[in-house]
Amino acid sequence: MRKGFSLVAFARGAAGVLVVLAVWQGFARSGVFSTAMTPPLESIGRVIWRMLADGSFIVNASATLVRVFIGLAISFAIAVPLGVLMARYWLAARIFQPVLSALLPIPSLAWVPLFILWFGIGNLATILVVIYASLFPLVYSVWTGVRAVNPLWLRAAIVMGADETALFRKVIWPGALPYVITGLRLAFGRAWIGVIGGELLASPKLGLGEIIFNAAEFLDAGVMLGTLVGIGIIGVVFERFVFQVLEAMTVRRWGMVTGAKT
Amino acid sequence: MMRALSIAIPVATFAAIAVGWQLLASYGGFPPKLVPGLGVIADAFVRLAGNGILLAATIATLYRLIGGFALAAIIGVSLGILMGRRQWIEDTVLPIVSFLYPIPGLAYAPLFVLWFGLGDVPTILLVGVSSSFTITINAWRGVKSVKPVWLRSAEVMGAGDADIFRRVVLPGALPYVMIGLRLGLAQAWRILIAVEMLMSVQRGLGWLIFGAQTFLNTDVMLATIAVIGAIGILLERQVFARVERYTVVRWGMVAA
Repeated sequence: MRKGFSLVAFARGAAGVLVVLAVWQGFARSGVFSTAMTPPLESIGRVIWRMLADGSFIVNASATLVRVFIGLAISFAIAVPLGVLMARYWLAARIFQPVLSALLPIPSLAWVPLFILWFGIGNLATILVVIYASLFPLVYSVWTGVRAVNPLWLRAAIVMGADETALFRKVIWPGALPYVITGLRLAFGRAWIGVIGGELLASPKLGLGEIIFNAAEFLDAGVMLGTLVGIGIIGVVFERFVFQVLEAMTVRRWGMVTGAKT
Repeated sequence: MMRALSIAIPVATFAAIAVGWQLLASYGGFPPKLVPGLGVIADAFVRLAGNGILLAATIATLYRLIGGFALAAIIGVSLGILMGRRQWIEDTVLPIVSFLYPIPGLAYAPLFVLWFGLGDVPTILLVGVSSSFTITINAWRGVKSVKPVWLRSAEVMGAGDADIFRRVVLPGALPYVMIGLRLGLAQAWRILIAVEMLMSVQRGLGWLIFGAQTFLNTDVMLATIAVIGAIGILLERQVFARVERYTVVRWGMVAA
């Protein structure tokens, strides 16, 4: 991986993107398939512009993001106490770990039809999928993070008279935080996949997955591709910028990990 | 004592969950169609296993998994190695790969149906394409992680390009490649179950769950979910742990 900005790398990257776009355009215009199935770039651009202009993209994207963040918040509220308990008490680890490892290999989306039967189509089923998808990376990272706290620090703090709350707030939590943030980033990635799948299957009212699902009914590949581009951009923005910046900030500020490079 | 406890506690946990579920099913006041008792779920499992539906569904799903994963492995490993070895390929391809990587593969499902129709072919293609990115990125990182000193010393000792690739780059990159394949397989598995629900394939575990929903067969759904979980554990623990033991661990690249 090259350090810093390189004009050559940028030019090559741009060339790569242009070649892909040109091939697509040639293919779309060649008439092998109807333009409804493989729309040329200008109609995809028009669709994106229309969705941005009438606000429908913003509305649906925020509906999707709200589901992701509600789900993540609930996951977080479950994962932190659970992970800390499991790391601090042998008995808790023994009780919960087998349950977690039994549930972990089941894809979150396998539950969707069941959630729909139990809770009906809509928001609740979709948010449950997000919770299921994001819970495991969070619990495991909190658990690992708390265990990774140097026992010497714990003993030092106890000797200096720290009580349980101070121990948690001043030693355990900052020590575990780099792991927790990494866990959050992984959880977001899982949640992002889960929410789109949930929206495709559990058909809540709004959402990016819902747009794609509806577009399939009208054979509207332009809307699908436009939405896919939007999903990609939102995913990159959160994954690369929000979470990696967060990761870099905490890790550096607390000096928890030396030479933290991704 | 400790050892006995560490077996007894998980057993007790699962027993408690089973009893809790059974109480919920019997006295919770939910319709038994939606919250079936353990006996009913076990019956459904025995029935499905006995009449061969479960076996046929598992075979169909595994067939798609192998097809999709093979596709992903071929695309991912070769593209990743090419990116790692040639700077211009890395520069050209990396922006596209990094943009496509975070798009959930499932979002393409309706598009693939539109392009390729329903059935096995689009399912395998979609699973293959969407799990190839993880494999690509890891193979690329693996090649990049090969120490330049090893390359230079091999060169100095007179190794040709092919030799360097076979003896230095490949073993050096392999731990990462294995991680990529492992993550890729897990991803292919997760996505496949959902794709089977959207692609209306014939047979398959995802199809079984989705079909059972129409008839409110919660027992069938839960039995199938249990099978999916068991296969997931087998894939992770048996298949990959074994392959790793015979390759990277044996070569001393990572600790067992």
